[in-house]
Amino acid sequence: MNFSETGNNLKLMLIFSAVILTMPLWLAPIGAGYPDLLQKFVIFGIFAIGYNILFGLTGYLSFGHAVFLGIGSYTAVWSFKLLTMNVLPAILLATIMAGVAAALIGYISLRRSGIYFSILTLAFAQMSYNLAYSVLTPITNGETGLQLSQQDPRIIDRAFSTAGEGLPSTELFGISMSGYSGFYFCAVVLIIAFFFSLKIFRSPFGMKLQAIKSNQTRMKYTGFNTRPYLMTAFIISGMYAGLAGALMAVTDPLAGAERMQWTASGEVVLMTILGGVGTLFGPLLGVGIIKYFENIFSAINEETLHHLFSFLPGFLESLMVTITAPFVGEGWHLTLGVLFMVIVIFLPGGIMEGMDRIKKRFRHQGDDNDPPGEGVDQ
Amino acid sequence: MDAIFLQLLNGLDKGGAYALIALGLTLVFGTLGVVNFAHGALFMLGAFCAVTFQKLLTISLKVRDTSITFFEAYKEQPYLEIWFGELGSTIIDWALPLSILLTIPVMLLVGLAMERGLIKHFYKRTHAEQILVTFGFAIVLQEIIRHFFGANPIPTPAPDIVSGSAPIGAWLGLSESLVYPWWRIIYLLFSITVITLVFAFLQLTTFGMVVRAGMQDREMVAMLGINVERKFTIVFGLAATVAGLAGMMYAPILPPDYHMGMDFLVLSFVVVVVGGMGSLPGAVAAGFLLGILQSFASMNEIKSILPGIDQIIIYLVAVLILLTRPRGLMGRKGVMEE
Repeated sequence: MNFSETGNNLKLMLIFSAVILTMPLWLAPIGAGYPDLLQKFVIFGIFAIGYNILFGLTGYLSFGHAVFLGIGSYTAVWSFKLLTMNVLPAILLATIMAGVAAALIGYISLRRSGIYFSILTLAFAQMSYNLAYSVLTPITNGETGLQLSQQDPRIIDRAFSTAGEGLPSTELFGISMSGYSGFYFCAVVLIIAFFFSLKIFRSPFGMKLQAIKSNQTRMKYTGFNTRPYLMTAFIISGMYAGLAGALMAVTDPLAGAERMQWTASGEVVLMTILGGVGTLFGPLLGVGIIKYFENIFSAINEETLHHLFSFLPGFLESLMVTITAPFVGEGWHLTLGVLFMVIVIFLPGGIMEGMDRIKKRFRHQGDDNDPPGEGVDQ
Repeated sequence: MDAIFLQLLNGLDKGGAYALIALGLTLVFGTLGVVNFAHGALFMLGAFCAVTFQKLLTISLKVRDTSITFFEAYKEQPYLEIWFGELGSTIIDWALPLSILLTIPVMLLVGLAMERGLIKHFYKRTHAEQILVTFGFAIVLQEIIRHFFGANPIPTPAPDIVSGSAPIGAWLGLSESLVYPWWRIIYLLFSITVITLVFAFLQLTTFGMVVRAGMQDREMVAMLGINVERKFTIVFGLAATVAGLAGMMYAPILPPDYHMGMDFLVLSFVVVVVGGMGSLPGAVAAGFLLGILQSFASMNEIKSILPGIDQIIIYLVAVLILLTRPRGLMGRKGVMEE
């Protein structure tokens, strides 16, 4: 790796860190500057970055990644229950556990590719979800979800201090992990996670993954055994998901099986696609947009709509309200579904591709020799 | 013995539903080459056709309740009863079987519109994109249904005469206590009938012959001057109708709610994969096989040996089949072999 490349990385990382860490400032004007939502941005950001390493680079569409999210959450809560309320062991253990699970599932699923791979991961996701609700209830606490309690042993914590009144909160060496401190902790983890993904994207390993995506057969003829590369990518992305799951438990120490449902896996696919599959920033962009609008749209009710369209004459106002009402509040998922379809149909490359197209159009307008729009189709 | 027989029936019953959905799924895949993740939503749509039809029939007028004399009481009386008296009540009672009148045209229309409006544009795209766009469409269908019908399951009873249980033990000379719900028996017979009809349609008609030829070699058929696309659009409509009928008839067994399709979708995909992508007999055989396996796995004797096996048996079988027989039970050579 030459100097300019690392320099590029450094500059990119500095800007990225600055943008992420100042999120509370620049998101405040659009009403997203509170810790709860910021934590969601960052945590799902990690999830999507990890997913992108698998789907974006290798093109293997996994419909079961939420399993690792769930495993991460469960492991983290168990670590809080058994060991200590400190978050470091929790996220470490969760990442490792998710990695192990990913190795198991990946070992089997990666024997097939294409749609069969999707269905295998889907089958594993359903299996884990069903098991979490039935036989594994002693571990997962079934429908209630796994929660902290007063009777938890917390061996390491007990060695240093006696149990306090009420439920303890998660902490990092005395700093409570709620509100802004929780956000900053997750943000730092995101920056590290992003750095790793950047390294992977720009490494020979990343190139090989991309080669698998574009032509696996040729890759095999060149003498590469593609399986170990796929395995590694699958495990890494599983570990990212486990990390994200652990952070969910850090900011809110409970874990439920619904996190593993395959529709939850669908959500991360959606975020990645919306932003731009296989791009560095796309998934983060997708997460930001979806989580932000989820927040806004689910809060809107008919009254707000009436207020919004109050400038229109009476019958038009009620017409507009009737049309838009199904898309907001409870109906947010409808908007999501429509958005998803529109993106897949018209912009398979996601928002990043859209921005590229706009950029190209502008460039062509400046250049008189080329008719505008020529480069758009390429 | 009784228990085993009962589980066998249960399995066939469940398998009937799986087979019906998987049949449409694999038909679409075999002809159009499209992986349709919205197929479960079509099943759900069929169930809601039954719900809608029932609601339509029971549109009521508020009338004075004359049986209560202490105060002014009102009750809802369906128009049908007011107009036709006894006959009206009978029609309402038979709403579910009659809703087939609504289900078939609606599902056919939905299927044709979906193929022309959406699926058509995805023939040449990758399977991943097909999965994604139909997944998005499934969410949209599901949310529209939720907007109109709410999130709670809606009980949709079968006609009174078949709401009890049939004494099958007595028929077959087994113990008298062996009974089985009438409606489930009807469902099993219904699914077998529909499957037979679909196969007969494909085997015995000229249209079916063209479709089968198209499944083998699409280009060749097109070169012979046959409008393959038109035929395949109809095939999609047919698949949607079959899924819708399966859902409609399933409504008394499982009160429909807006996300029932998603649960069935995953299962039916597993069924298709086990049967072999693009193989119709495979889909049917695998549907019944997995249904029976699942109901046997949920017997207490087996659950006590292998706890939780009932929850995962289908997926476990699918994983095993995919690893040992990549083509599935009856998959044809060259179809989706990566």
